[in-house]
Amino acid sequence: MKRRQVGWVFAGPALLVIAVFFALPVAAGLALSLTDFDLYALADLSTLRFVGLDNYLRLLQTPLFWQALFNTFYFVAVGVPVSIGLSLVAALLLDSKLARFHSFFRTAMFAPVVTTVVAVAVIWRYLLHTRYGLINQALDALGISAIDWLGNPYWSMPAIILFAAWKNFGYNMIILLAALQAIPRDLYEAARVDGAGTFARLRHITLPMLTPTLVMVGILSVSGYFQLFAEPYVMTQGGPLRSTVSVLYFMYEEGFRWWNLGNASAVAFLLFVVIFTVSWVLMRFDRDPEGTR
Amino acid sequence: MQRRGALRRIGLGLGAGASVGLAGCTRRPDPRGPLEFWAMGREAEVVAELLPPFRQRHPGIDVRIQQMPWTAAHEKLLTAYAGDVLPDLCQLGNTWIPEFSALDALEPLDDRVAASSATSGINRDDYFSGILETNLMPAGDGRNVLRGLPWYVDTRLLYYRTDLLRAAGHARAPQSWAEWRDAMAAIVRRAGGGQHFGALLPLNEPEPLLALAFQQGDVLADGATRGAFSREPFRRAIGFYAELFHGGLAPAMTNTQISNVWDEFARGMFAFYISGPWNIGEFRRRLPRERQGDWATAPLPGPNGPGVSTAGGSSLALFKSSARKDAAWKLIEFLSETATQQRFHALTGNLPPRRSAWADPRLANDAPSRAFADQLERVHPAPKIPEWERIFQEMQATAERVVRRTQGIEAATVQLDAWVDTLLEKRRWLLARGGR
Repeated sequence: MKRRQVGWVFAGPALLVIAVFFALPVAAGLALSLTDFDLYALADLSTLRFVGLDNYLRLLQTPLFWQALFNTFYFVAVGVPVSIGLSLVAALLLDSKLARFHSFFRTAMFAPVVTTVVAVAVIWRYLLHTRYGLINQALDALGISAIDWLGNPYWSMPAIILFAAWKNFGYNMIILLAALQAIPRDLYEAARVDGAGTFARLRHITLPMLTPTLVMVGILSVSGYFQLFAEPYVMTQGGPLRSTVSVLYFMYEEGFRWWNLGNASAVAFLLFVVIFTVSWVLMRFDRDPEGTR
Repeated sequence: MQRRGALRRIGLGLGAGASVGLAGCTRRPDPRGPLEFWAMGREAEVVAELLPPFRQRHPGIDVRIQQMPWTAAHEKLLTAYAGDVLPDLCQLGNTWIPEFSALDALEPLDDRVAASSATSGINRDDYFSGILETNLMPAGDGRNVLRGLPWYVDTRLLYYRTDLLRAAGHARAPQSWAEWRDAMAAIVRRAGGGQHFGALLPLNEPEPLLALAFQQGDVLADGATRGAFSREPFRRAIGFYAELFHGGLAPAMTNTQISNVWDEFARGMFAFYISGPWNIGEFRRRLPRERQGDWATAPLPGPNGPGVSTAGGSSLALFKSSARKDAAWKLIEFLSETATQQRFHALTGNLPPRRSAWADPRLANDAPSRAFADQLERVHPAPKIPEWERIFQEMQATAERVVRRTQGIEAATVQLDAWVDTLLEKRRWLLARGGR
């Protein structure tokens, strides 16, 4: 009995913090999403009405919400593989014995992660500039005509993906690099004795040994990428033609531009459901089908 | 105060991912501290240059100017209201006045203006009435209350190529829709089609269509509680608008798709451009020298003769929460003086809302500006409801679908009205229960 009380005493402060800063806001947000809290309610709380699931039902009939969801899925479906692929390649290069200046490159490739989005977004806006941008000048040198990256609705999302992948790949690279270095070297040696080439070793040793880390990195990236907000907010304000409105950006507009906090909370919970479902599906991948682990 | 406390607790709920929290600390208003004045964009940069005479006259009043970008100003103001940290006075886009009136955040100015007319010559009748009208908000008892004082005005009219119009056989700027359409058709015919158009009406700008709509009638019905977009007047306006695109007289393009509007205007891609006063300066700066004699401005054509246009611009507003209202009013008074407004115009190109300020030879003798003075006598205020800004954006999204032929006018306007009616449901409910 006493032991148990001691346990509560130790866990208490942490639980209190979680309750106040996590459980309570989430419960309040859920309650808010069942009301029509808006500008009028902000002026006079007596105009607040309980509307049940109306916010959710109306959202499901809002074309812009679906477009935001589509844009977000597009961003996740392309951005996550690109970003993890980049991380993996960078980690393999850094892990290779052939590479020189390991610590310099490790630091250089990790640098974008620790810079602020807003500052680098400004630089990327210059890079992506239709007429004077470096990227278009490079394309021009290859004989490809200029692309209006941030002004053309078909190219705006690829531009955002490029930016986000560049900004984030360093973080996963560090995690993958740690996992690579934890693979026992004698496995490679044994494979080499058996006559396995570089690609066979990569395919049959490196990738299987990395799978748990890759899944973890994948889940973290997916849930992070679903929360796309700062990039379109800084670079395109959701445009052109709403092509870079993400779910979170849509929520921000509902909540802080139009001040429909009830609606905005409902969007937040719908996004939570989406992220939860996708992460759950990804977790299933982690179960080794052959049961060897 | 208790209400705000409860609000903040509710506000906590939206923490998830939002970068803007409801402000955490409440500033105690200090009646002796500096005046907090929030302004936007270019105006905020320039206003400090206007202040030296004010400082001389009122050495005891210290003014602190806070600069906000236009893109973030609206959110910042609403968040400041929720967090109870509003400034003393503010530059407020006049379409935002209904919103902040609904929040009951704006100090009525009627008495202060009346008192000032004796001492400093601020006179309500001196303001363009359509612009002043945007600052008058209905109060509970049916009276109209002045919630802001216009600082500068914005309306849309025609910029056009005089040489192209003349060459196409039209001696004067078009006055009516029919005349305008004929002129555009003649210009396109003469240029031989291709990349030549009559007018540029950027698809991402709702103002041109709204001006055409106001020329036909109201866009909202039943005391601004329902949409009137599917009714005859708006259908005529959007019909004319869409016809320009479908008939090849206007390109279906957004502003961002044309890398340089001024270059294209100089090159003759289009002969008419609906835009606002800031472009007078831009045209002078950006058009090549040999084109400077070939452009002019003219009031907007209407269905049968000169028509109304939109009534935009910014006002100066005083917040109820201010502890230094008298000092803040002195600043508004100073910024509204004819001399200050003329200096403001010289610095920014913003057009003054007071007729007396237009006596300045720099305005009175300036042909492009004179068309604006003419248009300002015929401006129509936007519906004064907090939801307007959103309806305005949705109207343009609807128009874009019609122009791009993904929807017919009939279906699109019916759909827009249904959307507006849903949006205004709360407003109808509030009116029915006799609230604000």
